[in-house]
Amino acid sequence: MNKMQKALHELSEMDELAARSTPLHALHPAAKLITTIAYILVTLSFNKYDLSGLVPMVLWPVLLFQISDTDVRSCFYKLRIVLPLVMAVGLFNPFFDREIILRVGSVGVSGGVVSMITLMLKGLFCLMASFLLMATTKIDNLCAALRSMHFPSMLTSLLLLTYRYVGVMTEELAVMTEAYHLRAPGQKGIHISAWGSFLGQLLLRSMDRAQELYSSMRLRGYHQHFHFAANRPFNGRDALYAACCILFFLLLRFISISQLLGGLFVR
Amino acid sequence: MIEFQNVSFAYEKDRYVIRDLSFRIEKGESVGLIGANGAGKSTVMKLILGLLQGEGKILVDGTEVRKETLGVIRRKLGFVLQNSDNQMFMPTVYEDMIFAPLNYMMSHEEADRRVDEVLARLHLEDLKYRYNHKISGGEKRMAAIATILAMEPDAILMDEPTSALDPYNRRIVINTIRELSQTKLITSHDLDMILDTCGRVILLSGGRIAADGPAEKILKDRALLEANRMELPLSLMGRM
Ligand SMILES: Nc1ncnc2c1ncn2[C@@H]1O[C@H](COP(=O)(O)OP(=O)(O)O)[C@@H](O)[C@H]1O
Ligand SMILES: [Mg+2]
Repeated sequence: MNKMQKALHELSEMDELAARSTPLHALHPAAKLITTIAYILVTLSFNKYDLSGLVPMVLWPVLLFQISDTDVRSCFYKLRIVLPLVMAVGLFNPFFDREIILRVGSVGVSGGVVSMITLMLKGLFCLMASFLLMATTKIDNLCAALRSMHFPSMLTSLLLLTYRYVGVMTEELAVMTEAYHLRAPGQKGIHISAWGSFLGQLLLRSMDRAQELYSSMRLRGYHQHFHFAANRPFNGRDALYAACCILFFLLLRFISISQLLGGLFVR
Repeated sequence: MIEFQNVSFAYEKDRYVIRDLSFRIEKGESVGLIGANGAGKSTVMKLILGLLQGEGKILVDGTEVRKETLGVIRRKLGFVLQNSDNQMFMPTVYEDMIFAPLNYMMSHEEADRRVDEVLARLHLEDLKYRYNHKISGGEKRMAAIATILAMEPDAILMDEPTSALDPYNRRIVINTIRELSQTKLITSHDLDMILDTCGRVILLSGGRIAADGPAEKILKDRALLEANRMELPLSLMGRM
């Protein structure tokens, strides 16, 4: 397998992860969607210096990894490309914000460093939560849930088509890189002089294939929107799950766990 | 079932790849469409399906293929693409198979019933929950045929159904095609397969019909086939 084929394989692995059956998979997609969005909102709402408040938020994803029997390593492996990008957001904070706000032993820590770490953690947590949603919910069911929340059909269909289309494009990329390397043995990557024609070809080829795919869909009765298999009804258990999770987030947000713990020991 | 009346078609202006083509395929007939590369076989299929629009008249089950009738017509036709990778786009075989029935407003239970019935008929029960990216080329072709059968079409169009298959899978596909009772139009360079599955053959050359008649007769005509860059089916060579 070359790199691209591996990438493709990983992409389809998400479908397989999502098709497993664990208590978390069994929950209604809407319940998982709502809690994930709530989690992300709460996580992002922490003050940029509130590192000690933010850290306990990690509990939820950790718990979900356990319940859904998902390998944490596979999460980090799959996120390895986007993770650095998201984490890079706060990289310049230490240069702008040099005021010392915290002392660890004799070392002063500036506000910039604290806010950088906070931002990085926020990015990490949000990505983990999104990954867990995708790893426990089939994209079709997720789209069906969005539909039932009156999300426009155009958008859900677009979402699904994009999801599938990325696969097609990666597949073409796999074939083309292979063909390139067979004719340029020992060369690492693709020479810059070939980038233009390579990208042009990729676009044309994946457009051709997308066109065929789309025809094949239309020939089978597809007409502007997907008929997502209806999700089962939202039941009490789903509501309980969502309510408990959101309550948990709010507790973490408004009650400082570290202070509570601190209070226990310092008498 | 399918009728062409003086159909012409050009992808680019004035470069006709189908020229004044007329033929008629009756209900229940199995017709092999053969011809050299670029003879226009795939184009004929796309014209029938309304993916391309040409000059002249094409009738499917008495209805003219036009923009307004596409919905009705496509429901009657099942098209097995040459490249199954472009046909199977859902994660699993099962999801691909219920795609068309659901689009045609069938209930989920009814769609499930059809899927099980088709898979049992083709002895493919094992494929149901397999992932499309994890099955072999031969299995994928069979799965593609299964998705089309789940639509219960009146006529089946297949573009080179045995290309890129090994002899074993090729044999399975041929046996499957032989068992289908629908009207069939099959393009191929695999003349042995055509001989095995079709009673009638239409030979295309430069967008025109070069020959049309019983498979036994046309596929035995060495001079005609060689003039069209094809060879006698192996199974007929000995008998000459
Ligand atoms: N999208 C296209 N644009 C322009 N020309 C095309 C296109 N598709 C096919 N052709 C041309 O039309 C002719 C018939 O093609 P096709 O029907 O695919 O042949 P066959 O399936 O018999 O090999 C060929 O000469 C081919 O080059
Ligand atoms: Mg062709």
